[in-house]
Amino acid sequence: MSVDKSMHILIVDDYTTMLRIIKNLLKQLGFDNVDEATDGTAAFEKVKSKQYGLIISDWNMEPMTGYDLLKKIRGSTEAFRTTPFIMVTAESKTENVIAAKQAGVNNYIVKPFNAETLKSKMVAVLGDF
Amino acid sequence: MSETNTQKISVMGNKEKVAKIINSVLEKVSKAEEVSRETIYHELLDVQKIIEEMRKQVGMTGVGDINDSYIPGATDELDAVVEATAQATGTIMDCCDVIMEKAGEVGGEQGDALIDQTTKIFEACSFQDITGQRITKVVGTLKNIEEKIDKLVATIGDKFPPGLDSDAMENEKNHEESLLNGPQLPDKAITQADIDKLLEDFD
Repeated sequence: MSVDKSMHILIVDDYTTMLRIIKNLLKQLGFDNVDEATDGTAAFEKVKSKQYGLIISDWNMEPMTGYDLLKKIRGSTEAFRTTPFIMVTAESKTENVIAAKQAGVNNYIVKPFNAETLKSKMVAVLGDF
Repeated sequence: MSETNTQKISVMGNKEKVAKIINSVLEKVSKAEEVSRETIYHELLDVQKIIEEMRKQVGMTGVGDINDSYIPGATDELDAVVEATAQATGTIMDCCDVIMEKAGEVGGEQGDALIDQTTKIFEACSFQDITGQRITKVVGTLKNIEEKIDKLVATIGDKFPPGLDSDAMENEKNHEESLLNGPQLPDKAITQADIDKLLEDFD
């Protein structure tokens, strides 16, 4: 099944620089419908109100981390609980990757990363585009 | 201070000194009939002198300056670094947006080449996020030192310190907090390839 490039993608990061970088890279990949949130709480509100085809989230944010956001989404009974979730973070310890995977993350990108890595992980999660 | 105790004090640390004297006092109290109140009083006087000496030493190290000036000054400087790099990165990315727009107008191979290079600049701008997180980590460490010094000053100021057990405090961190380590130093970090392999192992 081909990827619908008009799908809505939610990017979550407390650094506006990173939001801008990811948004720009997504635009280069042909994804223009991108929403932003600066922490897990704000992101969860957005997830409840709109159907996203993908969530790309940082880990280390306050008050709600990306890890907590992931657990909250996966623990929900709503349809959005299965939304593909990619963690993009500087937290690069083995235990972080394991914890994220156990919480239901679909892929994990360590910062700093490039457009090629982002694309390959998106393809791994969504299928080729 | 009794001569015996003075000799002991010269070879032991303050903590050991006080513990030794208190143990001695407790032992004497348990044999209250055999020991005079005056003996116990003198032992306690020794403890008081040691505490006074510690207060004086702490005062001489200028811990007040560390918390009032040095640490806030250092954290302010680091905050300024984060702000300045964020502003500079914003300007760089503004320029990239303009270049990309112009590249679109140019089109063809040259336009594509411009977009490729501009994308690389965007990617490189993630340094601001990484350095920001590293600096935040350092600021956190400084604040932790500040809190410990505050506790030390407070306890020495009015009573004998109950002991600051950093290991116990560390153990209070829950599992989730222990996962918030921020960017790893290059020699300690695992690579994207390591992460990919780790994830594959789950499948």
